Amino acid sequence: MTHERQPKKVILFPTCLVDLMFPDAARAAERVLGRAGCNVDFRAQAVCCGQPAWNSGHVEAARRVARGTLEALRGAEPIVTCSGSCTTMIQHYWPELFEDTPLESAARDVAARVREFSSFVAELISLLPELRSARVVTYHDSCHMLRGLGIKDAPRDLLGAIDGLELREMEGSERCCGFGGTFSIRYPELSCAMADEKVDDAASTGATTVVASDIGCLMHICGRADARGVALEGRYIAEILEGSMEEGVP
Amino acid sequence: MSDTHDYSKGFGARAAVSLGRPGLHDLVSEAVDRQSAARLQALESLDDPEALRDLAAEIRDDALARLDERLASLAANWEAAGGTVFFAADADEARSYVADLATRTGAKTAVKSKSMVTEEIGLNAVLEQMGVEAIETDLGEFINQVAGDHPSHIVAPAIHHSKADVARLFSRLSDEPRDEDAQALTGFARAYLREKFLSAELGITGANFGISEAGALCIVSNEGNARMCMSLPPVHVAVMGMERVIGTWDELAVMLALLCRSATGQKITQYVSLLNGARRSDEPDGPEESHLVIVDNGRSNLLGTRYSSALRCIRCGACLNVCPVFRQTGGHAYDPVYSGPIGAVINPLMKGTDEAGELAHASTLCGACTAVCPVRIPLHDLLVYLRQEYARESAPATERAGYQVWARAWSNGRRFAWFSRVGNRFGRIMGDRVGTRLPLPLLSRWTRPGRRLPSFPDKAYRDERKGAGG
Repeated sequence: MTHERQPKKVILFPTCLVDLMFPDAARAAERVLGRAGCNVDFRAQAVCCGQPAWNSGHVEAARRVARGTLEALRGAEPIVTCSGSCTTMIQHYWPELFEDTPLESAARDVAARVREFSSFVAELISLLPELRSARVVTYHDSCHMLRGLGIKDAPRDLLGAIDGLELREMEGSERCCGFGGTFSIRYPELSCAMADEKVDDAASTGATTVVASDIGCLMHICGRADARGVALEGRYIAEILEGSMEEGVP
Repeated sequence: MSDTHDYSKGFGARAAVSLGRPGLHDLVSEAVDRQSAARLQALESLDDPEALRDLAAEIRDDALARLDERLASLAANWEAAGGTVFFAADADEARSYVADLATRTGAKTAVKSKSMVTEEIGLNAVLEQMGVEAIETDLGEFINQVAGDHPSHIVAPAIHHSKADVARLFSRLSDEPRDEDAQALTGFARAYLREKFLSAELGITGANFGISEAGALCIVSNEGNARMCMSLPPVHVAVMGMERVIGTWDELAVMLALLCRSATGQKITQYVSLLNGARRSDEPDGPEESHLVIVDNGRSNLLGTRYSSALRCIRCGACLNVCPVFRQTGGHAYDPVYSGPIGAVINPLMKGTDEAGELAHASTLCGACTAVCPVRIPLHDLLVYLRQEYARESAPATERAGYQVWARAWSNGRRFAWFSRVGNRFGRIMGDRVGTRLPLPLLSRWTRPGRRLPSFPDKAYRDERKGAGG
């Protein structure tokens, strides 16, 4: 569905892992949003949604981290994040995290404005330039993206809009890859055993690129594939779009 | 392969035992995939499965909201039908009641149908100690009993055994070589158990639901063994978790529609047995005595708390079948009785967080469990709540300090930027060796099992933005 009036201004919240370790992914998201007619703002005090601490039960630490981000994200424009997982944290858990605090209504406001990148861009797809790529990819449904936000089609719609790109669905694409944030270091061997099944499912499609909307999963899946000598590179969905825009320009 | 997991050790150690077991992953993943596919197919036969799940959650919440009233009415109606009721506060009381019953009736042999609550209270061990032979008659539980094993799945307790395992176990039991032929092995068990059914003085079953308005119990099975356990021996005792009560027959119809579909992918199980007290004077068969033991054993810890929705559980096992952790480890890594996501929730609560708090971390919080639960228990959210209790009460000081340090760095854009510059420079110089050469346990746990770190970028995004005047 195309919106007649796209928002002029959006805030890009890359989320801490992307900001720190995967600036290419954030830059790609910024450029894609720009080509879709958005004026992309960045708030330097917005660092992290607090999820690592929240998921481990450390509520105070989660609130302390999330508070700075919440203050920085105040405003009226949509907040586009580069992670299904962090979007879930803000949308579903911030109202609970800030319940009975002075920031409760601000948290609800931000929760209502936060948008996951691919579902946001899927609505602006007609504004993007011609997309072209010769890639063969497979897509991993990250858990919070799929079950937290209920987004399954949007990233596939985006990949489907890329001329020449082939999406090969893997067995068990909806199954957790075993990353789980702190789970990956609390139970490393178990986490890697889970990754192995994902690596095998992805590789058996014949695709050598696995695309996802959560870079944590990709870091885990491809870190394991790399150690096993399996050729599988991970790409955040915005990177695929950005690359396809470039390939689309003659 | 019998359960040799050490339950005095943590989940991680037990998971390692499971991961090291050849063939276990294939056995478990094949079984759970089959069950999950069957579940999805069976749900398609419902007009509106989502609405039915809402209704089922409401029915269970309603029963829990007036549990005392429902249980009192179930007990009164059961007694009016000639049955006897005993409320057991804990496992010990429940075991003692059944043990006394066995003594009073002079039972030498007891036949049992599948019942997780009798596993929970450790009934078999007590009966064996008093010289009463307690025979499991559900095929899966029978296999486990011959193997000296715990159930590894709430609904399919012997999925960790291969056909070859079963052939070997039954060969040993019968002193005769047995082929790996499922039908022949089942035939052997059937013949073996038939003798026991006919000679047993005591029949022991669980109960899937107690229907309070009727003073009746409902038991579903696919093997017909539950029906024989409750009708052939002269004395029958049903052991039921106190939360398994519902109000009416109409409610039972809803619960059955979801239980059978969620558990085994059937629209209805082969047998749905309803019983209501002891044999009447004008009836040709049925038990002379019918006892109902209603067990608390820690369940009331959950009532009126933010965990009370876990008491909605109807033990369908759907959450185990979709759990990505369960599929790797099977059930024994969790607990000898209740495994998978629901086990990770109720074990710590029923037993007390100190004993089993670590189980709450045995999940990636992927939410697959919550997505399939027929009574809409928010399992992965409950696991987070349990982690909160753990963080407050039991987490090591180093963990708490670690999160405080992290929160200080991550709660401020400038501090985060500084960290990113130092961290990335360090990472670029050291590469993967940051995980192996430096005393940084978080990174070494990342790389330890064979998992590379991503390459470290020159600049964090925020620094690029700044350079570009963003």
